[in-house]
Amino acid sequence: MHDLTPITALGGSAARVDSVGDVTLTEVPDVALASVAARRGHEGVCAQTLESVLGTAAPSPGHAAEGAEYAAFWTGPDQWMLSADFNGYEDIAARIKSEVGDTASVTEQTDAWVCFDLVGPHINAVLELLCNVDLAGFQTGRATRTSIHHLGCYVISTDAGQSVRILGPRASAGSLHHAIITVMASAL
Amino acid sequence: MIINHPLLGPRDSAEFVYLGAAALMDRPDPETASAEDWHDYAYLRDNPAGPHRELWFHEGGDRSILIVTRDTTTHEITGVELAREVASK
Repeated sequence: MHDLTPITALGGSAARVDSVGDVTLTEVPDVALASVAARRGHEGVCAQTLESVLGTAAPSPGHAAEGAEYAAFWTGPDQWMLSADFNGYEDIAARIKSEVGDTASVTEQTDAWVCFDLVGPHINAVLELLCNVDLAGFQTGRATRTSIHHLGCYVISTDAGQSVRILGPRASAGSLHHAIITVMASAL
Repeated sequence: MIINHPLLGPRDSAEFVYLGAAALMDRPDPETASAEDWHDYAYLRDNPAGPHRELWFHEGGDRSILIVTRDTTTHEITGVELAREVASK
């Protein structure tokens, strides 16, 4: 039996937390992720299944939704990313696949992404320097893909002007973290 | 230049990758096409001074491919459609 030590995306044994002024960037390691892409001709059934899984309608373009067990955000036409607490949902892809069956293709995404929560009263000052998201229209529940530091990242507004979740490519976790804290130091 | 994405609203053209003329969607049938059909498909393009239907891939966004009607002399965009919807018509 291997004796492996779990580490976070940034390589630590505990989640990294950085604060500048009253804005805090927190690494969130306990997120299970799976992408769902509806297969052609089954888009309607897939969306209905996701609605029953989420307990709320599958998010429309540019939006995110939160259910009791799972949260989801829209990633493309008839495509979504689902997330859940890693503790208890480590097998998220198999769970979702058993629900959607042949109506959708499900891909495990858990270790493909690094997740950060950026929280504080002045996060828009950070975001407007980081990416080209239209912040005036970035209300709670909006989600979009954008470029941060030349990395394709998802940005989800969890509390407009107060809190966002950023998902970036895990292999570039250090670069993304560096970019965000550099901008925090500059903007705040 | 701003492209008005049918699903996501106005987006900066820097998020997109240009994929060429929309005529590329009309690929010859591999079962029946002649060598000349493939030559025409691969190499022959109209080069209009004026409205031009072209493919733009939303690489920095939702990765959908759009058909943008753009005036090549002014960059004015007069139409944006999802290529998947045009293809399924």
